[in-house]
Amino acid sequence: MTLLTPRNALVAGVLALLALVPVYATLTGNFFLLSLFTRIVILAIAAVSLNLIMGFGGMVSFGHAAYLGIGGYAIGILAKEGINSGFLQWPFALAASALFALIVGALSLRTRGVYFIMITLAFAQMVYYVAIGLDRYGGDDGMTIYKRSQFGDWINLSNKTAFYYLCLALLLVTIYLVWRIVNSRFGLVIQGARSNDRRMRAIGFATYRYKLTCFVIAGVLCGLAGALLANHTDFINPSIMHWTRSGDLIVMAVLGGMGTVFGPVLGALSLIALEEALPALIRAVTLPFLGGDSAARVAEYWQLALGPLFLLVVLYARGGIEGLVAGVRRG
Amino acid sequence: MLARALLAGGSGNRDMLYFIEQCLNGVQLGMLLFLLAAGLTLIFGIMDLVNLAQGSLYMIGAYFAATFAALTDSFVAGAVLALIATLVVGMAVEVIAMRRLYGRDHLDHVLGTFGLLLFFNELVRLIWGPAGMTLPLPSEMLTAVQVLPGVYYPVYRLVIIAVTMAVALLLYLLVMRTRIGMLIRAGASNREMVGALGINIKLLYTLVFGLGAALAGFAGLMQAPILTVQIGMGENILILAFVVIIIGGIGSIRGAFVASIFVGLIDTVGRAFLPDLLRLFLSTNAASSAGPALSSMLIYVLMAAILVFRPEGLFSASHR
Repeated sequence: MTLLTPRNALVAGVLALLALVPVYATLTGNFFLLSLFTRIVILAIAAVSLNLIMGFGGMVSFGHAAYLGIGGYAIGILAKEGINSGFLQWPFALAASALFALIVGALSLRTRGVYFIMITLAFAQMVYYVAIGLDRYGGDDGMTIYKRSQFGDWINLSNKTAFYYLCLALLLVTIYLVWRIVNSRFGLVIQGARSNDRRMRAIGFATYRYKLTCFVIAGVLCGLAGALLANHTDFINPSIMHWTRSGDLIVMAVLGGMGTVFGPVLGALSLIALEEALPALIRAVTLPFLGGDSAARVAEYWQLALGPLFLLVVLYARGGIEGLVAGVRRG
Repeated sequence: MLARALLAGGSGNRDMLYFIEQCLNGVQLGMLLFLLAAGLTLIFGIMDLVNLAQGSLYMIGAYFAATFAALTDSFVAGAVLALIATLVVGMAVEVIAMRRLYGRDHLDHVLGTFGLLLFFNELVRLIWGPAGMTLPLPSEMLTAVQVLPGVYYPVYRLVIIAVTMAVALLLYLLVMRTRIGMLIRAGASNREMVGALGINIKLLYTLVFGLGAALAGFAGLMQAPILTVQIGMGENILILAFVVIIIGGIGSIRGAFVASIFVGLIDTVGRAFLPDLLRLFLSTNAASSAGPALSSMLIYVLMAAILVFRPEGLFSASHR
C-alpha cells in the first residue's frame, strides 16, 4: 500500500488549497473569495455529517438541513434574548440538535427505505413551518444577528480570517471524528446494518440503538454547522432549512463520493464552485454565438444545466468524484 | 371549537357555520392532495420509484392550463388541452429519464428526480418568465351557493370536490375493473412474470407514469384559479402528499384517499381553530404567537403518532 495514490494526492491538494485561501484573500484583498470558502467549509461539515448516516449507515435522511436551521436558530434566538456568550450559545445549539435528532430518529428509524426518506423530509418541513410561525423571531423574514458569539479572549469570530480557520479546524475535527467512528466497532455495526440489518440483529446486535446513536451524532455535527452558518451570515431565516437545501446536502455527499469520509468535502467544494462558475462558464461558451446581451440572459438559466447534471451523476458516475479519481467502479 | 361556541353563547351559530365552511375547505384540499398522492403511490407501488418531480408536473399542469385557457378563451378547453399536454410531458419524461432509474437505489431516485425538479423550475422560468400567471374562472363559477341554511360556499370549490371525487371513482374502476388495471396490479406484484407472459411491460410503465403525471397536472390546473400559478408551487404540496402516503400506506390508493381527506381536514380546521382553542388555556398574547406555529405542526404530529402504532401506514399495501 503506497501513500502516493491519486486519491491521497487529491485530498492533500484540496486541504492545502483550503488552508491557503485566507493567505490568497489577504494578498489580493479578495474577501468575497474568503466568504465563499467559509461557506464551502461550513456546508462541508454538514455534508460530512450527512454522509456518516447516509453513506455508511444507509439512512437516507432528506431532512438534514433542519439541523442547520436548529443550530442557526439556537444562536439567533439566544442572541435576540441578549445572551451572546458562545459558551452558552453553542452548547445550546448542539443540545437542541441532539434532542431533535433523538426524537426524529426514534420515530423514523422504526421504518426503512422510502418511508425513512419521506418521514425525515416531513419532519424537517415541520421545523421549517414552525420557524415561519415564530413571529417573535422574524417569522418568514428571519432576523439579523447583531453580535456574533462571544468567546471572551479566546477567539474573535468577527475577524474573518480567524473565523475561517475556526471553521476549517472544526471541519478537520469532524472528518477525524467520522473517520474514527467509521473504523470503530460501533461503525462496523452501523455498516453491517446497512448491508443486512436482519443478520446483524440475528447475531445479537440491537441495531436500532446503534443507528439511533449514529443519527444523533450526525444531527449534532450538522447543528454545529448551523451555528457556524448563522455566525457567518449574521442572519437567520427559515430558508436555511428549506427542503431543497436538504437536497443540496445529499447532492454534495453523492457528488463527492459516498462511503468515503473525505468525499463530501469534495462534493461541497465542487457543487458550490459549480454554482458560482456555471453562469460565467455558460456566458463564455455562448458569447461567440449569441453576443453579449443574449449570452448574459442565457447564463441566468444556469440551473437548467445543473439539474440534468445531477441525473447524469446518478446514472453514470455513482462513485462521485472520489470514485472517478480512484478509478473504482461501485455498483 | 365546541368550547368556543359554548363560551361565545349567542354567536355560537355563526361559529358553527364557519366550522362547516372550514370543513368543506379541508375536504377540498384533501381531494387535491389525493390527486397528487394517488399518482405518487401508483408510481411507487408499480415501478418502485420515488418521484420528487411529481410536484413539477403539478406546476406544469397549472401553467399549461393558464396558457391554453388564454389561447382558446375557454376554461374547459384549456383544462382538457393542459391535461393532454401534461400526460405527454409525463410520458416523455419517463422515456427519456425515469426508465433508466428503475431497479436502482431509492437514493438514486431522490437525486435524479431532484435534478429534474430543478430543471423543470428553470425551464418554466425560461418559457413563462418569473412573474407567474393567473387562470381566470368562467363567470358562472364565481358565485357562491347556499349549501346549508346560512352557509354560502363558492361554486368552484364544490366543483373541485365533485370532479376529484369522480376522478377517484374512475381511478378505482380503472385499476380494479379493467384489463389494463389488472395488468397494472399484476405488474406491481411481479413484474418479471408479467413480462414473461408477453405483456409489453415498458409500455405499461410509460402509461402508468403518464397517468400519474396527468393526475398531478389535473390537481395543478384545478388549484390554479384559487392560487397564483408560480414557480415552485408544487413543492410544498408535494411534501403534504408525502405525509398523506406515509399515513395511508405507500402503494395503497384506498389509503391515499382516506389519508388525504384526513390530512386536508386536520390541516385546514387546525389552522382555523387551534389559535382560538389555545386562547382558552393561554393568555391571548401567548396563544396568538404560538397558534400559527403549532397549527402548522399538527399534521406532522399526527403522522408521528400514526407511525408509532403503524410504521407501515394505515392501509399498508402488504409486503413492501
